[in-house]
Amino acid sequence: MQPLAITRYSIANCLGAGARAIADAMREGRSGLSPCDFDSVALDTHIGRVRGLESLPVRSDLGAYDCRNNRMAQLALELDGFAAAVAQARERYGAARIGVFMGTSTSGILETELAYQRREPATGALPAGFRYAQTHNSFSLADFVQRYFGLHGPAVAVSAACSSSAKVFGNAARMMAAGVCDAAVVGGVDTLCLTTLYGFHSLELTSHGPCRPFDAARDGISIGEGAGFALLERVGARTDAGAKRLLGVGDSCDAHHMSTPHPDGLGARLAMQQALAAADLTPADIDYVSLHGTGTPSNDAAEDRAVSSLFDAATPCSSTKGATGHLLGAAGVTEIIISILAMEHGLMPGSPHTRQVDSAMRCNYLVEPRPARVRRVISNSFGFGGSNCSVVLGTAG
Amino acid sequence: MRAFVEGIGLVGPGLNSWQASRALLAGAQAYRPAPTSVAASALLPAVERRRAGMPVKLALAAGSEAIAGAGRDAASLASVFTSSSGDCDNVHAMCESLATPERQVSPTRFHNSVHNAAAGYWSIATQCRAASTSLCCYDASFGAGLLDAASQVAAEGSPVVLIAYDHPYPAPLDVARPVSASFGAALVLVPQASAGAIACLDIEFEPRQAAASRMQDAALEALRAGVPAARCLPLLAAIARGPRETVILELVAQTHLRIAVSPCA
Repeated sequence: MQPLAITRYSIANCLGAGARAIADAMREGRSGLSPCDFDSVALDTHIGRVRGLESLPVRSDLGAYDCRNNRMAQLALELDGFAAAVAQARERYGAARIGVFMGTSTSGILETELAYQRREPATGALPAGFRYAQTHNSFSLADFVQRYFGLHGPAVAVSAACSSSAKVFGNAARMMAAGVCDAAVVGGVDTLCLTTLYGFHSLELTSHGPCRPFDAARDGISIGEGAGFALLERVGARTDAGAKRLLGVGDSCDAHHMSTPHPDGLGARLAMQQALAAADLTPADIDYVSLHGTGTPSNDAAEDRAVSSLFDAATPCSSTKGATGHLLGAAGVTEIIISILAMEHGLMPGSPHTRQVDSAMRCNYLVEPRPARVRRVISNSFGFGGSNCSVVLGTAG
Repeated sequence: MRAFVEGIGLVGPGLNSWQASRALLAGAQAYRPAPTSVAASALLPAVERRRAGMPVKLALAAGSEAIAGAGRDAASLASVFTSSSGDCDNVHAMCESLATPERQVSPTRFHNSVHNAAAGYWSIATQCRAASTSLCCYDASFGAGLLDAASQVAAEGSPVVLIAYDHPYPAPLDVARPVSASFGAALVLVPQASAGAIACLDIEFEPRQAAASRMQDAALEALRAGVPAARCLPLLAAIARGPRETVILELVAQTHLRIAVSPCA
């Protein structure tokens, strides 16, 4: 594919608000996970909660969209100069020439969960004031972002579980290649809700303590929440000096099982191969692999097989989910932005909470952060339904 | 963007397949609404067949007909799935469980709750590992799916199957989000005219408001207006009629798709 310039990005999750805070946390090897204290949830697990969302309503003209997920979106849209960069792009290209492609797994479903707790006893009706379209529906997030910036280009939500916000980079790249738009706001947001906390628990996939990706004693995921956004423009745009590049996107399906990965990581391997082919690179060109690395026994084992079947055993790799938790539909864009930070700051992230790397693993897993020159990264995101997406990123030139 | 339609699949109320519905969509036969009839795909392994909800049945039935019509191998075809709400019965059951003190959630219900469940079951049924995406654009989900599929055909020069489906929420969510029927439709879109191509589509995204094309038959128009996936009906009707015509599909934020439909032969 034609490389695209990632001219601006913003990020927020339990580690902090803004690229600077996240980069500092990566350097210090910090984790933002804490014992679960969300709503009335009584589960023995850790979560990556963003403090203060409860008192951050969305902009008043978009009040109908007010819910935890869109609050999380707005918090990140206002960081890192992102809103100003989109406003400038709007001036330059026109509101109709900027697409919006948003990944989310559960959008604002928390509103519906809470409404079901307050049903009218006689009729079963949901409480007055419940707004489905602006909160629960998967498109709510893309709708909110499009209205937030007053854009009128193509807009869509991608909801493919935990690969959602990696896939949006592919949707945007295709739409730009086909000439439908000149720039794209891509991103992903997911926030804590009962569906995912109790759902992953029902599958015995939530970790008892903080998650420990690739650890011999790993026992599941820590669910987190967060948002990440990126502005994509064509290479050669005025704003692209020094901007990191989106070089390739690879998509695949496992065709195996709804909630368990193919044991050999067949789909994961295909996604990585296709992303490398799209970037016109070989595995030897990759300096660092940003793993999906959720911390469940089967996910990490399958990903290790896929990665070690493609890359040299010395290629450094790690998962940042011990720091952020698993951001589900926002995991892809979050880890893509962390990969950009790795290139900008010359630091490969470590893996807080991982103590003893599983001796069965064959890839070169980094527990501690490692200072190093990073020029090419591949970032993996895999989800339920056997949905896989890998994204290759690089420095300019 | 140009794409050729090689195969079409359809399942809805009184619409048992594209082949069986072609004449009535063209206006040559009367439309008689009847409850949507669809079985779980025989392509699914027994466990998955038992676990498949209505959206999965709709998606697999429509997708299978479109691919059979195109004479393509489903195992190598990229796919775009699009739906306003995914598995509505499942969402309701989950929210009901989560409103009880026990909060016991079924693991199968949880993995079926992802918006890409239909895509997951499809890939298991067809053993397809090609690229796939799962989209939502509320009422404009079909149009957004068509735009994404067309951009794949244009940008990558490869064939893709577009599968759109929706089914109603049960009470009480049906009040907040009324969807009037279960409906699925699929199109196999390819970059070059082939011997079996049914129609040629020239698809343009236009950032202006325009009135959406409607169905002439009142009951079909009610179906189009009542189900997001059924917004495809004017496009299917134009293909069924044959001569060149233009179809407008409404998108969001005062935008639309203008589709010039022309016959292939």
